[in-house]
Amino acid sequence: MLINGVQIDDTFAEAFNMRGTRVIITAQNLKWAYHAANAMTGFATSVIGCGVEAGIERELTVEETPDGRAGISILMFAMGSKVLMQQLETRMGQCILTCPTAAAFAGIASEDHINLGKNLRFFGDGYQTSKLIANKRYWRIPVMDGEFLCEETTGMVRAIGGGNFLILATSQPLALAAAEVAIDAMKKIPNVIMPFPGGVVRSGSKVGSRYKTMFASTNDAFCPTLKGLTNTELSPEIESVMEIVIDGISFADITKAMQVGIQAICNLGAASGVKRISAGNYGGKLGPHHFKLHEIMVGSV
Amino acid sequence: MSALTFTLQKALQFSINCSALTPNHLANKSVSEIASLLIHYGKNQLRVDELFNISGHDTQNIHFKNASHQFDYLGANMSSGHIHIEGDAGAYLGFGLKQGVIHCLGSTLAFAACNMQNGLITIEGNTGDFLGGASAGLRKGMSGGTVVVKGNAGDRVGDQMRRGLILIEGNAGDYCASRMIAGTIGILGNVGNYTGFNMKRGTLLLTKIPQLHATMQDCGTHTLPFLSLMFKYFATFETKFSSFSALRAQRFVGDSACNGYGEILVISPDLTS
Repeated sequence: MLINGVQIDDTFAEAFNMRGTRVIITAQNLKWAYHAANAMTGFATSVIGCGVEAGIERELTVEETPDGRAGISILMFAMGSKVLMQQLETRMGQCILTCPTAAAFAGIASEDHINLGKNLRFFGDGYQTSKLIANKRYWRIPVMDGEFLCEETTGMVRAIGGGNFLILATSQPLALAAAEVAIDAMKKIPNVIMPFPGGVVRSGSKVGSRYKTMFASTNDAFCPTLKGLTNTELSPEIESVMEIVIDGISFADITKAMQVGIQAICNLGAASGVKRISAGNYGGKLGPHHFKLHEIMVGSV
Repeated sequence: MSALTFTLQKALQFSINCSALTPNHLANKSVSEIASLLIHYGKNQLRVDELFNISGHDTQNIHFKNASHQFDYLGANMSSGHIHIEGDAGAYLGFGLKQGVIHCLGSTLAFAACNMQNGLITIEGNTGDFLGGASAGLRKGMSGGTVVVKGNAGDRVGDQMRRGLILIEGNAGDYCASRMIAGTIGILGNVGNYTGFNMKRGTLLLTKIPQLHATMQDCGTHTLPFLSLMFKYFATFETKFSSFSALRAQRFVGDSACNGYGEILVISPDLTS
């Protein structure tokens, strides 16, 4: 498939089941909401080393937040509910409780709940107060800047992680520029995050390694400097590959984000230096969700 | 389908126990079956049609006409539907209410919303003592739901209240929020003496600083973010409280005589957020 001179490989991205949650963070102004949200979603690029994958979904208007202040919604994904709970509580305690003026609220409705402020309340040392408002329980924890307000729980839903596509370009700056264009477009899509720095990964991995202690290692087939050494996937003119990984609430959300991102790159045309769009998979043996690039781009998904 | 309407036929000498005349009790009963039900009138039992003219069929929507202070236990233990009272109500209005809506156009006697668990009670007039309190022998009062009083309330509002919301647009008597365990009470008017007496937890929202006893401690004036959630919730009810917006409040905590952490928040119009 060729779109505006950019080749779309006949391949698919392979993704996994995850557990996800959304938290709404508000603060005195957007600046402090971002401080809290950035801390909360920091060191959360990949479950391989961080436990969770997290990112900022979008800014919220004062009409959209429970307490009428500036806010940000964040999404957090993990391979299981236990890890998600542990990570959420730890990050709430270290990143939101500590951030001046910040408050946290449930951002997703579900029958499954995980703790937001339920255990954090004990920081109040007996001075904490609960309020049941419209059948939702909130905790007011006295802190040095006033009161930390936090909803007791948030919802936890089944989600999908690991949607991805690869941008193959004639130079590193051109590959990165195209990735930035894609990320700008994909950030407008709800229910998804691109958890890596700036939304882009340069170190895509394959399963396994020649070293026993490593269960993932560099994706040598897509490393341009190894073209002569490995069973490369790259043609001679490709000098750089960037990957965009997408976690989302549903298959449809990730499909939409991939379609928008790839289309944004294709709109730049082959003159942008982007020659191919591909995707990472493990032969279809590991993840149950397959995002086929051709089907996504013709809109048949 | 028109509302099932009970119109009092004659002036009452004694009180009537109306606890059987609720939507859940009358559901799926015919008018003739309802007419033959026995209800307590003083120490006697009378058929419903000996006291009321009955019209309409909708048992989920019950109206009482010519109601008076002798109508006790209106909406008691009700778990669904709507009761509309044209006139006054007696004691124990909405006693143990589990779900549903009670709207009283007049005033009520004591123990309204006693042991209430959920639902909504609106009283357009005044109400007596122990609003939202516990019935004799119990250690916990109202445990959920919302009560809106457009007039004044008597003494001991929210006595041993465990959960829920009481909004009073008028004044409240002595011992307001006494022995309160949790929940929220809002009062736009004045309160009497011994406010928050033996208060353990919970929130009392006032608009004026009351005469407080020495064991209620002044914690200063603060901006409290939770108030925005509370006021947003107030706005879902037809009450003057829906105009509240200031998040600044003077906070008193007590009753330290019983190691309580109940709070009295005084939201003054001149305290801007």
